[in-house]
Amino acid sequence: MSAAFVEQPSQQSFDIEQFLAAEESKGLLRLTTAGSVDDGKSTLIGRLLHDAKGAYEDQLKSAIRGGEIDFSLLTDGLRAEREQGITIDVAYRYFATPKRKFILADTPGHEQYTRNMATGASTAELAIILLDAHRGLTTQSRRHAFIATLLGIPNFVIAVNKMDLAGYDQEVFNRIRAEFEPFLERIDTKNYYFLPLSALKGDNVVDRGSHMPWFEGPCLLEYLETVEPAASMIQAPFRMAVQRVVRPDQNFRGYAGLIGSGTIRPGDEVQALPSGRRSKVRRIVTFDGDLEMAHAPMSVTLTLADEIDISRGDMISSGTPPLSARIFDATMVWFDAHPLDPAHDYLVKHTSHTVPARVDGVRHLVNVATLETEPASSLAMNEIGVVRIATAKPLFFDPYRENRVTGSFILIDRKTNHTAGAGMILAEAEGSLEDAADRLVRLVRAAVPEGARLNLPADDAQAMEVVRRLLKGVLK
Amino acid sequence: MSRLSHLQALEAESIHIIREVASEFQRPVMLYSIGKDSSVMVRLAQKAFYPGPIPFPLLHVDTTYKFKEMIEFRDKFAAELGVKLIVHSNTSALEAGANPFRLGTERCCGLLKTQSLLDALRAGSYDAAFGGARRDEEKSRAKERIFSFRDSLGQWDPKNQRPELWNLFNGRVEPGESIRVFPLSNWTEMDVWQYIHVENIPIVPLYFAKDRQVLVRGNSLIMPEQDFVKPQLGDRLETVRCRMRSLGCSPCTGAIRSDADTLPKIIAELVAVRNSERENRVIDHDREGSMELKKREGYF
Ligand SMILES: Nc1nc2c(ncn2[C@@H]2O[C@H](COP(=O)(O)OP(=O)(O)OP(=O)(O)O)[C@@H](O)[C@H]2O)c(=O)[nH]1
Ligand SMILES: [Mg+2]
Repeated sequence: MSAAFVEQPSQQSFDIEQFLAAEESKGLLRLTTAGSVDDGKSTLIGRLLHDAKGAYEDQLKSAIRGGEIDFSLLTDGLRAEREQGITIDVAYRYFATPKRKFILADTPGHEQYTRNMATGASTAELAIILLDAHRGLTTQSRRHAFIATLLGIPNFVIAVNKMDLAGYDQEVFNRIRAEFEPFLERIDTKNYYFLPLSALKGDNVVDRGSHMPWFEGPCLLEYLETVEPAASMIQAPFRMAVQRVVRPDQNFRGYAGLIGSGTIRPGDEVQALPSGRRSKVRRIVTFDGDLEMAHAPMSVTLTLADEIDISRGDMISSGTPPLSARIFDATMVWFDAHPLDPAHDYLVKHTSHTVPARVDGVRHLVNVATLETEPASSLAMNEIGVVRIATAKPLFFDPYRENRVTGSFILIDRKTNHTAGAGMILAEAEGSLEDAADRLVRLVRAAVPEGARLNLPADDAQAMEVVRRLLKGVLK
Repeated sequence: MSRLSHLQALEAESIHIIREVASEFQRPVMLYSIGKDSSVMVRLAQKAFYPGPIPFPLLHVDTTYKFKEMIEFRDKFAAELGVKLIVHSNTSALEAGANPFRLGTERCCGLLKTQSLLDALRAGSYDAAFGGARRDEEKSRAKERIFSFRDSLGQWDPKNQRPELWNLFNGRVEPGESIRVFPLSNWTEMDVWQYIHVENIPIVPLYFAKDRQVLVRGNSLIMPEQDFVKPQLGDRLETVRCRMRSLGCSPCTGAIRSDADTLPKIIAELVAVRNSERENRVIDHDREGSMELKKREGYF
């Protein structure tokens, strides 16, 4: 495969409209690296950028050490990283080929910086998990594959790196694959592709090279250019967390937010949560004019047909309603040096909503080497487990595996303001659904037709009959 | 139904970030440097709050050594937009004669940019400040979070950044601490130019090629706007067809030779370019990792 990726337009023949159209048709793929310290993640990203002509010459020049390019220096940009020869925090790099645009997150392998790996992986649609052909698998390889899988990344490249140190031997590759594959199957990793390569020498990165004729699959770049990106969320039920009420004057009241999932049109019926009030979308307002249709992940402002009370943190939804609970179970990755403490005060930030929360117990932690669950009362830094969270107000969510936007949250330590952990909601805890009385109030409210007033008769028995009829209307 | 285009996706992400800040902080402010990235950022802020006004002021930290055309553009731009613009300069350092020629670029930047910025942020008690920096600009910027925590002295600790997952930003701070916010983190130089073209965003004319009188110093083209920028041995004063690829202070920001006098030509030029845009900035090259050092001290 040749590396002529940059079409060099001559000034005369450059047609801007054609160029922009080609640019617009390119998809975007966000990807992350992961794997143990020193397995060659940064070297691989540097090699990829270099061979695909995605690095500027002055940047390449400043990465030269002892007469040769040290590819890891293209992403290891902090002084401490260059001094210690390790990656400390995630670096983001951007490059494009004629087929796709890429946002690359190069993350650290060192266990101490697992939180930074999770940062880079949380938005990725593909993870490249590096393994060292020479050294083999480590617990950290497993931990990273596990975290990336928990985060719901839909595509994986399992790159068996440093094949040059293993004599480019097919047996070595097969052995590592045979050892890792059962692990991936157990954690339910989706769409993984094993690829032998040498980041240092460049084999199977952009060019195939001549050392591994026994391997016939596509090399890395080709794979990245053709893999299916994450399924878009535009078919899912509509969810928009309100970030802000836009109210420039008496005549305009709009709800601004980023559509987390689904599609919306003027006239569509929506429900506001927590109030449960229903209304219809009147307009989809943007600076560039009203829209006939909007979908995830656009930032829009909605106006509704009825005046209903909605504020920041509320959710506008349609279709199957989200779950609602004050107590729920979630898989947590713990980041903070201060271990998870059920006696401690936390805040949950979920969509545009921040609420006081406690941890109502750790159900178990997962031993990442064996995948066995173990009883635990806390999670220490970098540990992963299932915890029960109790919030001061109900949250409106979907399980993370169905919706990464409404199913994710972070836990903030109220004393230090640290982001202490990241959570992926599994389900509401049994019997913890919204308090029965709260639920009833919400249902009654939702049942009252818009514009109508609920004038309950003074007599209790008659009032109950009215409520009963309303609820029947809701339940039918 | 189609997926969003690359630019639409970036726009939606940036608007989300800007709205989060306006809703979560008491006193946000948007740094406005007059350059192309600032112009894009302000347009995104307009979009974020439409049909309402931008609910925070713009702040320009003026070293007084900016290009004259930048200042003209700034004043016209702010007036047309009807947004509140605060201009802050480190007057005491300037009265003491601070300039890059006398102090060297590092100390000059330290006083007129970093110190001045920190003073302005403190004076306004701002708890969040937007900046138009992009991760593709420089290797330490590539490492920075979208919400970047600063301690009460305005310092960045790159080895101890808050994890930042999904689009859930942690903006909690104690009094005196603050967050720098970078809504354009994921934009590239190419994205910015395409967006300016597609959106018709006004920019300073210095970005367009024209015959200009410059001092030719080695590979650098310096516009002699300030009295202290005088020809040195070997310099030649010449008229060169050139433009600015990035804007800063006139003594420290070099022009590039170019014929690109329209946006399509600038974009065409960018497709073929082999060096990063900061190559023409004197200040980034003071020493290895100098951007990181400046950022740790509070520079944007
Ligand atoms: N022989 C050989 N060495 C490699 C290869 N890839 C990387 N290395 C070397 O392995 C060492 C570590 O490489 P890095 O790229 O810094 O590893 P990393 O995975 O980014 O490490 P962390 O980010 O700190 O976790 C360096 O000395 C590289 O030159 C390879 O394919 N073959
Ligand atoms: Mg690395």
